[in-house]
Amino acid sequence: MSWRAAVLGAIVVGVVASSTAYGLGEWHHSRADASRAPAVAVADRTAIEAGPRIVFRHTGLDAEYGVVAEVSLDDPAGPRAFTGVTCDRVYARPGVATCLKTDRGVVTHYEADDLDADWKQTASEPLPGLPSRTRLSPDGTLASSTVFVNGDSYVTTGFSTRTVVRRIGGASYGDLERFTLVLDGKRVSPPDRNIWGVTFAPDDKTFYATVATGGRTYLVRGDLAARTLTTIADHVECPSLSPDGSKIAFKEARSDRSRGSWWTPAVLDLATGKRTVLTTENRNVDDQIEWLDDDTLLYGLPREDADGVTDVWALSTDGTTAPRLFLPDAWSPAVIR
Amino acid sequence: MYLSLSDRPAAPTIHDTAPSADTAKHGRVARVVVTLGIVSLLTDIASESVNAILPLYLTTVVGLSPVAFGFVDGLYQGVSALVRIAAGWAADRTGRPQPVALAGYGLSLVARVLLLGAHGFGSVSAVVSVDRIGKGIRTAPRDAMIAASSPPARLGRAFGVHRALDTVGATLGPLVAFAILWQIPDGFHTILVLSLGFALLGVTVLALFVPITTGSRPKLSRGARGRQGGTSEGADRLPTRRRGTSKSAGFRRLVVVVGVLGLLTVGDGFIYLTLLDTGGFAARWFPVLYVGTNLAYLSLAIPLGRLADRFGRTRVLLLGHLPLAGAYLCAATGSGTLAITVIALLLLGVFYAATDGVLPAVAGRLVPQEARTTGIATAQSAVAIARLLASTGFGVLWYAIGPRSAMLAVCVALLAAVPAGVLALRRTEPAA
Repeated sequence: MSWRAAVLGAIVVGVVASSTAYGLGEWHHSRADASRAPAVAVADRTAIEAGPRIVFRHTGLDAEYGVVAEVSLDDPAGPRAFTGVTCDRVYARPGVATCLKTDRGVVTHYEADDLDADWKQTASEPLPGLPSRTRLSPDGTLASSTVFVNGDSYVTTGFSTRTVVRRIGGASYGDLERFTLVLDGKRVSPPDRNIWGVTFAPDDKTFYATVATGGRTYLVRGDLAARTLTTIADHVECPSLSPDGSKIAFKEARSDRSRGSWWTPAVLDLATGKRTVLTTENRNVDDQIEWLDDDTLLYGLPREDADGVTDVWALSTDGTTAPRLFLPDAWSPAVIR
Repeated sequence: MYLSLSDRPAAPTIHDTAPSADTAKHGRVARVVVTLGIVSLLTDIASESVNAILPLYLTTVVGLSPVAFGFVDGLYQGVSALVRIAAGWAADRTGRPQPVALAGYGLSLVARVLLLGAHGFGSVSAVVSVDRIGKGIRTAPRDAMIAASSPPARLGRAFGVHRALDTVGATLGPLVAFAILWQIPDGFHTILVLSLGFALLGVTVLALFVPITTGSRPKLSRGARGRQGGTSEGADRLPTRRRGTSKSAGFRRLVVVVGVLGLLTVGDGFIYLTLLDTGGFAARWFPVLYVGTNLAYLSLAIPLGRLADRFGRTRVLLLGHLPLAGAYLCAATGSGTLAITVIALLLLGVFYAATDGVLPAVAGRLVPQEARTTGIATAQSAVAIARLLASTGFGVLWYAIGPRSAMLAVCVALLAAVPAGVLALRRTEPAA
């Protein structure tokens, strides 16, 4: 055996041994996580669903990781009811929920499921990419989903978004990129446009979303009947309409030399156009915000010292109060009153 | 015309150092070609396993959306094309492609090490960019070594063998990564460790089993080196111009023709998306459509390489764009059914098998031996840049007239361009 073969053999053994050891370590670790009981008290689902509640994705490193849970709105730190449904992103209205999930395997698929009051699947649609955002209209008849698509871009390795609106139990309005875009009063069709983060108004027709083109982002008002998107403001991402319909909460992109770029929660008054950037939150908020009530925002943040664990934080829109931890080990909150 | 298009050598006028006795006599592919194929296989498992899970990693672990990633990536694609020409020039100047290729693979290995410690969007995308620059450096010197190590009559097959092995790696990488995540839901670091291991194995095999003299030739004479210049603008000056005008004219025509065809190559993503447009089979399988294309590519790379050796490499390179037009046509029918999707993926695989490895085989023979790596790099960069432009332009068309009409338009343009290319290159093929 030549010295070359010996060196190669040694490196092969080293690589196989170290990656197997590492893999086994992570495997044991994840098995240990998956067999651990949740640290929180577990409640009965019917008891929680009797009153106002928050539906969310549980992200504690335990047997219920990734499972949709519910907690009473009056006692968010209290016991959680688990639904048995696993989602990457979830949203719910009374009696209906939408769930975007990853079907893991050697061949990994993504899908959007509709769920009924009993968390039973009523419909399932394949998704062409990684789940990002989902929302339902206030009455639960319309659903939207945004995914990241691989290859839908100028370079095959880039990412792009695909956002679809459909009727629960009915037809799809298709890809929002096909809607007519009216930018600053002019009909345009820029090739690089990307659309994400839909939020619905109560009238079953109007919605808001983000359109990005030419390196800028815009807030658009969409009309499902006319199939149009009309810009009404710029520098707005991932809008979320307040319960009273008067304000849009969103993430505003900010940047400086030392920190690079990040997003800060902000609120836009639709009637006056007044914009309040909530700099009391200094961390990078990359989420579609949910309204807890007309003065408080909810959003998820990854926990710095634990991979895959997230917390939901609450932030007052007064611009002076610091954010507070609202739901630990949680993601993708939906408030049901 | 068929005679002049033939690139079967009449006499072995190109003398390279390597074609070892065992290859020419027994008709086997040179061992160094298989070794380089294994290096590519290992390296592609390393890079594609990470690329496949990167979006998932960014969203679930780093907690960020990968929207901005595309912008960064596009920028580095351009940088990669420039780096490729510079690396080709360096390999030609030193007369040693192996160390240049080793530097490229080594840079990607360094990127894997850095990736273990990278946390956050900025550092992850920076590391991926380093990996891409490494890829830009290594491609042309590696192809030059394949060309130098193979008898001219069997160049197409040699590249076919290399590309088949390469594509096995590119197909296995993502599948291995997703299999790991399936068993270890948060096993991202296991994938990163495994990726580093495969990259290390690739570099080791290259360093130990591909002799440093592979594809080397005597250094340029003092006078030639002086003329070639050590100046900064030397990098874009092709040594070809000093030698055989007929050859360099043929090479320029080749670059123009493959550049024009590249302008009509819009990227697999658009084909997949057009198939997706009406849902059906393609929608559920969208994330893994590339596997179908790769399977067709890897199983056909060797047969089509052999065909190129017998039938004429330039001809196969050009006519190989017809299956691409066929794939456009399938997409333009706008039906994502099983049959149409499978046919489209198969045609796309045939296109890659007939062109990707055949291009360096043609380009490497149209320039003098001492400029081979630069020549291969120039042709590959022309195609890469043209395809980048094509995707941008096609994006405009996509929204202006709709996906299916846009596909049909490019299909028609390609069908017109292929015969024009055949005409333009009918006399450029060297007889030897």
